[in-house]
Amino acid sequence: MANPLVGYLLVAAILFAIGLAGALTRRNAIVVLIGIELMLNAANLNLIAFWRYGPHPETLTGMMFAIFSIAVAAAEAAVGLGLVISIYRHAQTADLDQMNRMKG
Amino acid sequence: MGFPFWIIAALTVGGGLAAVLLRNLVHCALALTIAFAGLALLFLQLDAQFAGFVQILVYVGAVAILVVFAILLTRSSETPKAESVFSKTWAVGLVVAAAVFAVLAWAVLQSLPGLPHETGAPTATVQQIGTALMGNYVLPLEIVASLLTAALIGAVIVALHEKKEEAK
Amino acid sequence: MIEKADQIFILLRNWIVGFLPAGWQTAAGVVLGVIGIVAVFPALFAISVLLERKGLGRMQNRLGPNRVGPFGILQPIADAIKSLTKEDVVPLNADRIVHFLAPVYLVVVAFMGFAVLPVGRNMVLVDIDASLLFYFAMGASTEVSIFMAGWSSRNKYSLLGAMRAVAQMISYEVPLLLSSLAIVMLTGTLSLVKIVEAQNHYTWGLPHWNIFTPWGLAGFVMYAIAGTAETNRSPFDLPEGESELVAGYFTEYSGFKFALFFLGEYLGMLSISGLGTTLFLGGWSAPLAALSWVPSWFWFFSKVMLSIVVFIWIRGTLPRLRQDQLMNFAWKFVIPMTLLNLFVAALWRFMGEGWLRWVVCSSVLILVYVVAGRAGMRKRSFGPRSYRYAE
Repeated sequence: MANPLVGYLLVAAILFAIGLAGALTRRNAIVVLIGIELMLNAANLNLIAFWRYGPHPETLTGMMFAIFSIAVAAAEAAVGLGLVISIYRHAQTADLDQMNRMKG
Repeated sequence: MGFPFWIIAALTVGGGLAAVLLRNLVHCALALTIAFAGLALLFLQLDAQFAGFVQILVYVGAVAILVVFAILLTRSSETPKAESVFSKTWAVGLVVAAAVFAVLAWAVLQSLPGLPHETGAPTATVQQIGTALMGNYVLPLEIVASLLTAALIGAVIVALHEKKEEAK
Repeated sequence: MIEKADQIFILLRNWIVGFLPAGWQTAAGVVLGVIGIVAVFPALFAISVLLERKGLGRMQNRLGPNRVGPFGILQPIADAIKSLTKEDVVPLNADRIVHFLAPVYLVVVAFMGFAVLPVGRNMVLVDIDASLLFYFAMGASTEVSIFMAGWSSRNKYSLLGAMRAVAQMISYEVPLLLSSLAIVMLTGTLSLVKIVEAQNHYTWGLPHWNIFTPWGLAGFVMYAIAGTAETNRSPFDLPEGESELVAGYFTEYSGFKFALFFLGEYLGMLSISGLGTTLFLGGWSAPLAALSWVPSWFWFFSKVMLSIVVFIWIRGTLPRLRQDQLMNFAWKFVIPMTLLNLFVAALWRFMGEGWLRWVVCSSVLILVYVVAGRAGMRKRSFGPRSYRYAE
């Protein structure tokens, strides 16, 4: 039987690539943030998978790292979405293709 | 690699794909919720129960609702039917993402013999997590606490509606 | 004999499972437990619905339903038949898949919360180490279903009701968690089974329930307030108030889907009552040491039904709070009081046994409540009403 870790790492890689594709190709700012959240989640999956199958799982390093990452990702989503709302209020659009100048 | 793993993985990847491909933004947000739930199930599969429940509580219970509120407050749920939802340079983004996936998959499959092996199910009781948080990881805990406070205040200030002084 | 009556459901399950081959036994045991939960709690839902209609009727100086059986006891059956046979109307523009999935998701998530409640001695479906966290995770997931219901109907009233309901539920999650946190802090575990076992001791015949301590009483009051708001019950039921928003987020639902929403809401109420009983009222432990011969599950269910009666009583008595009033109340009063409650619980723990800690903790709580709470809320100047809209 193959190492079960490989399955989890490949799923994390696919999710990361999907999140990256979403963040790079979509026009709406909120979908970019959705892509960023997917990337963070993929990294968390990697952390937990290595914690489970790696040496010394009793030091809980992977689990701690993942929990702090979840907290930081939530904070970053809050601030990012607040920014998107603020930009929408100013420019009346959340379309990134139209927000391509620094002059407001 | 049991049968449940493949089902949950398919659910998660499907949710992620739907979250970045669908036209209707609220459907994207709901697909993202499915992806988060699938990830929580994967954490439970990996014997990390605390992380799985925290994932549901924080991501499904808070971040998904945040995304939905942002979609509604920026009126992005009313998509114009004519134009495409992808930007003009979508091909480049797709190529970059595919390249990143290729590199990651190559790295994983290349190091297949050297990967660490199963050491038996670790027990991560809440007691141990609490001791670790207050012992080894107390500095990150305090920093994350001040980070969350700063993010809370910052998000409120950024999204606050300023009274227009020149309203005539 | 007393032991047998107490453990009768466990013995019944073991007897049935004993007929099966050894490989199937754990799975069959779990399935039997699930069947038990799915049978018992909807039956309690039927009893609560009947109790609510009769009780509210009596409080409003009228009889409740009294046609269907003697004193109307078969009314829930009539309600069930009616909602199953009504036509299922879906609006033309509605998002069909999301519209269908919203009540299903609500009921699924509402049932998941019951899996970790210890219904009696040794009678919990799954004994997880972090069961309180699991319960709150399931409670937080109900907000998504309410949003799905409100948005998919493509109806301004539904969307507005859903947004209000979600904002209210998010705001009151924090006091719910913080008031439970005092219990976790003093018991030292997130496992509900151990929290109940820690309350199962008796001093001079009186139990060690958490509600009989100053911080426990304050915590219970705040938990009750937050729980009432979480389940969108009066006086916090602006999102579904009939006189405000037609029916809020379930305006466009009829027939069986409406019945599922109704079921989900009452299951949420039973679930919050169950958790409150477990955390503050001692779960399955008897009120007096002399009464321990009564089966433990009897005490649990009677405490839950008592909480339901209090919910109905409050609904019939208090007027509805306006949205900005309830948000102000949550963020500016209940959350600081729960944080103070945490501090008082810590003070209780470190002051050691004796009468002094009772006096100090009670006086701190009462002083801050009177000085900061009531005085602070009274002194607000009622200037011209100013609105701040979300743009």
